[in-house]
Amino acid sequence: MFREWGRAIGHWFEERTGLAGIIAIPMAHRVPRSTASWAYVFGSATLILFVMQIATGICLALVYVPSPDQAYQSLEYLNYHAALGWYLRAVHFWGSNAMVLVMTLHMIQVFLWGAHKHPRELTWVAGVFLFLCTLGMAFTGQIMRWDQDAYWGLGIGASITSRIPYAGPALVHVLLGGPIIAARTLSRFFTLHVFVVPGLLIGLVGLHLWLVLWLGINEWPMPGRLVDRATYRKRYEEEVAKDGVAFFPDAARKDMVGMGLIILAVLLCAALFGPNGPNGVPNPTLIDTAPKPDFFFLALYALFALVPPWTEEAIILIGPVVAICLLLAVPFFAGTGEKHWRRRPIAVLGVLLIVLTVVTLATLGLVVPWSPVMDAWSSLPTPTKFVKGRTPLELQGALVLQNKQCRNCHALAGQGGQRGPALDDVATRQTTDQLIRQVLQGGGNMPAYGKNLTPAEVTALVGFLETLHPPNQRPARTAMEPATPER
Amino acid sequence: MCTGYAGVSPSKSSRRGFLFTLGLALNAAAATLVGVPVIGYILGPVRRRAAQAWISLGPLQKFPEGQTRLATYENPFRVAWDGATADIPCWVRRIDTERFQVFAINCAHLGCPVRWFAQSRLFMCPCHGGVYYEDGSRASGPPPRGLFEYAYQVRDGQLWVRGGQIPTLSEEA
Repeated sequence: MFREWGRAIGHWFEERTGLAGIIAIPMAHRVPRSTASWAYVFGSATLILFVMQIATGICLALVYVPSPDQAYQSLEYLNYHAALGWYLRAVHFWGSNAMVLVMTLHMIQVFLWGAHKHPRELTWVAGVFLFLCTLGMAFTGQIMRWDQDAYWGLGIGASITSRIPYAGPALVHVLLGGPIIAARTLSRFFTLHVFVVPGLLIGLVGLHLWLVLWLGINEWPMPGRLVDRATYRKRYEEEVAKDGVAFFPDAARKDMVGMGLIILAVLLCAALFGPNGPNGVPNPTLIDTAPKPDFFFLALYALFALVPPWTEEAIILIGPVVAICLLLAVPFFAGTGEKHWRRRPIAVLGVLLIVLTVVTLATLGLVVPWSPVMDAWSSLPTPTKFVKGRTPLELQGALVLQNKQCRNCHALAGQGGQRGPALDDVATRQTTDQLIRQVLQGGGNMPAYGKNLTPAEVTALVGFLETLHPPNQRPARTAMEPATPER
Repeated sequence: MCTGYAGVSPSKSSRRGFLFTLGLALNAAAATLVGVPVIGYILGPVRRRAAQAWISLGPLQKFPEGQTRLATYENPFRVAWDGATADIPCWVRRIDTERFQVFAINCAHLGCPVRWFAQSRLFMCPCHGGVYYEDGSRASGPPPRGLFEYAYQVRDGQLWVRGGQIPTLSEEA
């Protein structure tokens, strides 16, 4: 009897709304059997992550105060007072990481499977904009976590923007909502993060999904089966008619499993590792900080440290434009021909190159070998093996090395900065005169210490540096010098 | 009831055509009247009326001769809800009784906060390893120039700077 009632109620609504009929069209539409594959689950997983981000984001906005005098406290309140606030913050944070990651996997998968080719060029283009908007959400979201990294991250954003010719200063003011990072800055980024970019994302997701429906899901590529503009549509429709399955439930089963697993993985990470930050009070006068972006932008952060300074301007200004244009243009200059990755070596190598570059740069961004270790001089011990049996002058030199912050950039026994070379065996590489010259004049990316050290300090420092060589290896000397007995 | 598209096709002579044109014109006017203030509002911060103002860093005694000290000024254009972000740090180097250098905290490379090391007389940046000498000139690392300097003046026994703007390569402090 209940089933009959249910059917009657359903009927009543369907007669008045027609919604079931509308929903049935995308659900039941036929897709190639080959698309019911584990490789195809990343798109729907990205979508469900986006839905989860909206849900958790709305919850966070119930408490968060987008005002610089209270944002930090409201985050702490979420972490420690609001019931389950810490968990929702954690889910939102891990969800954002997962969304960027899974979206990247989706992008790589559709590219390697040739899904960007004719006639799906615009699906790819919409996808590129979705990717950019998601990165925009990642950056603006990082600002929402109103802490030291957010504050100085904005400074980095302003510095990059200022390098744009002509419009630079005006754009900095538009970005920050004024001449300096202040209340209007946070309000602007809140608006971007909560209204503008999500609105764009929802619109683009709609377009992207409509195009998938309109053009059909990309069939599994076969080596030797070329895409031809004249015949592709017809062949695709024939394949679907001959061997198609209903999208729901036949193709959607694996999608559903993928979506469930990824959401559960995010929830697990959130429960285990908790929310991220806020790290450090966003007080600009607390300058003992080393700002670092979240992992999405670590690769860029590393790039800025590693490129030669004279190329930096070009890379900052032209790099992103070229990269985005190339991404957008891919389906237009490689829109036909082979779809299978085995017959597209340049495509595969290109993906590998990009992935390796980004992963390498991001790893370096975690290690930051180019940054001085700000407290190395005051916190690291001088290894005993370098001070045992040394003369008072040499010991004085060891003190100079420590007190003048040399260790911030130079390591001894593996401890210290990595900006300059390790000094463990510097005496085998440089003669006394070279050491003096290097200390006084600097060079090779080292500051000149000539004005900052007294002659006595230089003598002591070089005296100590000369002792830095393995016991069985002599210090470097010129051919003019007589071979002195080993010290 | 439904007249179809042909029924509303704009033909200039008919009343329907007039209404159609009127509808277009009214909505275009409304869109402009809404759009112009919206865009003007969003781009409002570009108008740089008085982005800088003189503000005191405190009495001269705070800055011993021959030393470099961290100082803080309050953003002259602060609003009540700025919180701690209204306090802007900078480095003050007192060369002698009358001569000063006031450096922006922001590295000339990408704006991270530089730190002063009195022992080696260097500023170091934690982000990408930019280093500056005590006079603010570039020593090593990626910065394309030396530290940004604020304009300063000594008045009534106090040190004043022209502050209120984040220094960048295209717009100095």
